[in-house]
Amino acid sequence: MNVLIIGATSTIAESLARLFAKESAHLFLLARDPTRLEAVRGDLLAHGAGRVEFECFDAAKLETLESVLESAWNVMGTIDVAVICHGTLTDQDKAECSLTYAAQQFLVNGASATLLMTALGVRFAGQEHGSLAVLGSVAGDRGRASNYLYAAAKNAVAVCAEGLRAKLYKQGVSVLTVKPGYVRTAMTADLALPEPLLASADRVARDIHRAIKRGKTGVLYTPWYWRWIMAVIRLIPPAIFNRLSL
Amino acid sequence: MSDLLSWGRYPRIPQQAIPIYWEDQVAEAVSKVQKNGTGSTLAYGCGRSYGDSCLAASNRVLHMQGLNRVLEADWGSGMIRAQTGMTIADLITLALPRGWFPPVTPGTKFVSLGGAVANDVHGKNHHRVGTFGCHVTRLCVYRSDIGVVECSSEDRPELFAATIGGLGLTGIILWVELRLKPVTSSNLRTRTIRFPRLTRFFELAATHDKEHEYSASWIDCLASGSALGRGYYIVADHMDGDIDERPRGSRLAMPIDPPFSLVNRWTMKLFNAIYFNRALREDSQAVLDFNPYFYPLDGISNWNRIYGRRGFQQYQCVVPAKTAPAAIERVVNEIRRARSGSFLTVLKCCGSIQSPGVLSFPLEGITLAMDFPQSAGLDALFQRLDDLVHDAGGRLYPAKDAHMQKEHFQHAYPGWTQVEAQRDPALMSRFWQRVTGP
Repeated sequence: MNVLIIGATSTIAESLARLFAKESAHLFLLARDPTRLEAVRGDLLAHGAGRVEFECFDAAKLETLESVLESAWNVMGTIDVAVICHGTLTDQDKAECSLTYAAQQFLVNGASATLLMTALGVRFAGQEHGSLAVLGSVAGDRGRASNYLYAAAKNAVAVCAEGLRAKLYKQGVSVLTVKPGYVRTAMTADLALPEPLLASADRVARDIHRAIKRGKTGVLYTPWYWRWIMAVIRLIPPAIFNRLSL
Repeated sequence: MSDLLSWGRYPRIPQQAIPIYWEDQVAEAVSKVQKNGTGSTLAYGCGRSYGDSCLAASNRVLHMQGLNRVLEADWGSGMIRAQTGMTIADLITLALPRGWFPPVTPGTKFVSLGGAVANDVHGKNHHRVGTFGCHVTRLCVYRSDIGVVECSSEDRPELFAATIGGLGLTGIILWVELRLKPVTSSNLRTRTIRFPRLTRFFELAATHDKEHEYSASWIDCLASGSALGRGYYIVADHMDGDIDERPRGSRLAMPIDPPFSLVNRWTMKLFNAIYFNRALREDSQAVLDFNPYFYPLDGISNWNRIYGRRGFQQYQCVVPAKTAPAAIERVVNEIRRARSGSFLTVLKCCGSIQSPGVLSFPLEGITLAMDFPQSAGLDALFQRLDDLVHDAGGRLYPAKDAHMQKEHFQHAYPGWTQVEAQRDPALMSRFWQRVTGP
C-alpha cells in the first residue's frame, strides 16, 4: 500500500504513519523541516515500513502544491491513501491585530487543504481507486467567539470534503473528514485543555487508521463522543449561544 | 498541560511541564526556563521515580515523552538507537516480534529509556547481567554549556560514567543506543518455592540463583517469630518457542484518589495472610507470559492511587553480601515491630557485575524494597532503618527516595562529587539539592 502523508511531522500524522508502517506500507512524507522528516523516516523504517521517501513542502506556498503531488506520484508510482494533516493553531487575538498573520493562517489551514483535496480528487478519480482523508476539527462545526478564524478554515475543509465525497462516490474513492476533539499534541502543547476530554494522538490515529482500512467515506469524530457533544453545541439557539463565552 | 508528580506523590510538588516533541526544541526550552528567572530545569520521562529525584528544583520540567522515535535499529545484531522518551513497553512491542528483548528491565515497563539510564535501573537478572547501563553503548545529551554531545566508554568517558545513574543532572538525554537480548519466545518457565522463614531464603538464593536468568522473592514482613520473613522464592528463564504478538494493554484502572489509603494495617495483614496461605504446592512450576511475570502491577493503570492523596514512599536498600543476612533480618524485624509493612516487599540478590555508572545503586549483596503509605510515623521508622543499613555498609536507591539524609548519601556514594563536577549548571533536582546542598 502506498501512503502519502501531508504534514508528516504533526503528532497525529506520525502516530498514523507508524500504524501504516507496521503493515509494511510504502510512505511518501511531506513537511517543512528536513531534519525532522529524517527522524520520522528512520522511525517508520524501524517500525516496518517497506519504503519511506520525503520531500520538503510548505503549504503556504500554493504555487508548489501541484509539483509536490507530481513528485509523490513519480516517486511512488501510484498513491492508494492520501492523508492531509498539516495545520497550525490560530492565535485569535494575534489574527485580529494583524491581517497578514490572519491571512497566513487561513491560507495554511483552509486554502491549502482545500486546494490539495481538489488536486488529489482529480488524481484519484483518474485512478478510480483511493482513500482521501483530511484533518478537520470539531471547531469547524460551529463558529465560536474564541476561534472563529480557525473554525472558518476547518469548516471550509469539511464542506469541500463533503462535496468531493459525493463527486468521487461513483469512482469508488472514499473521502474521510476527520474531526478530532481535544488532542494532546505538539500543536496544543501550550493550551490548558480539560484532562478528561483530552485524547492521545495514538488513540486518534487508531480511529483514523481503522476508518481508512474499512474504506469509510463520511465524517469521523474522534473520540466518538464528540459527535454528540457537537450535536448539542450546534443545537443551542443563537440567542443563548451569543451570551455564552465559548 | 496538567501538572506532573512523582510516582509516590510524596513530596507532592506539582511540576509544570514543557512538552518536547523534537530534539531541536530542547535548547530553546532550557534557555526559556533560564531566562524566566527560575534558572534550572530537569528532564521528566514517565515520572516513575518515587520520590523527588524527578522533581526539578524550579518545578519546571521538560516532558520528554514526545521524543520517542527509533533512530536506527539493526534487527540482525540487536542494536537499537532510540530517543529518550521511548518506553520499555514500546521497545518490547517493537522488538519482541523480531526476536529481541530488553537486556535489563525494571518492575514496570512504563519507564522511558532516558529514565532507565538516569537511574541505571536493575531487574530480576542483576545477578547475571548487571544494570541497564551495562548494556548501553552510546548516549547523546544536550548540555546548556556545550550543546549536543555524544558519549560512550571511549568518547567523553567521564560524562558517560556520570550520566549513567546520574539522575538526569549531566544533561538532557536525547537518545540512547543499547544492545538488546535475543529471545525466541514471549514466555518464561518459572519455578516458585515457598519458604517458611527468612533464613531459608538465603539458602535458596545461594543454591538456585546461579541456575536461572531471573530471580526475585516476595516476603511477608508482618509475620513474626519463627515465621519472620516467610515468602515465595521465584526464578524464571526465557523459553524456546513462539512469540505471541497480541497486544497487552491494561484493562483495569484505579480511576480516583480515595480519601484514605486502601493500603493500611488491616488490609495488609489480611492480604498477606491470604496470599501466603493460598493453596500452592511448596515447589511448583508454571509457564508465564512475559507480561505478568515482569510487570504484574502494570496491569492496573495508576495503581499508585490506592495509597490515597497522601501518597506513599518506597524504601529500597541494598546491603553487602557479608553483612546481608543479619542486616536484612534486623530490617524486617524493625518493620514488623512498627506494623507498617506493605503488600509488596521484594527481596533479591544482586551480583558482582560492575556498572559503568558512577552513582549506580546495586552492590553485590541483597536488596530489599517495600512500600509504605505516607504517615507521620514514617520518618522515625526510616531513621532507624537508615541506621541499620548504614551500619551494615549498605545504601538506599535514589530513584525511590524521598527522605535519605545527606550524610548517608555522601558516604554511600562517594562518586557523587564526580556527578556534581559533570552536572549541567542549568539542571537541578530537588533530590540533589537535598543530598548535596549546603
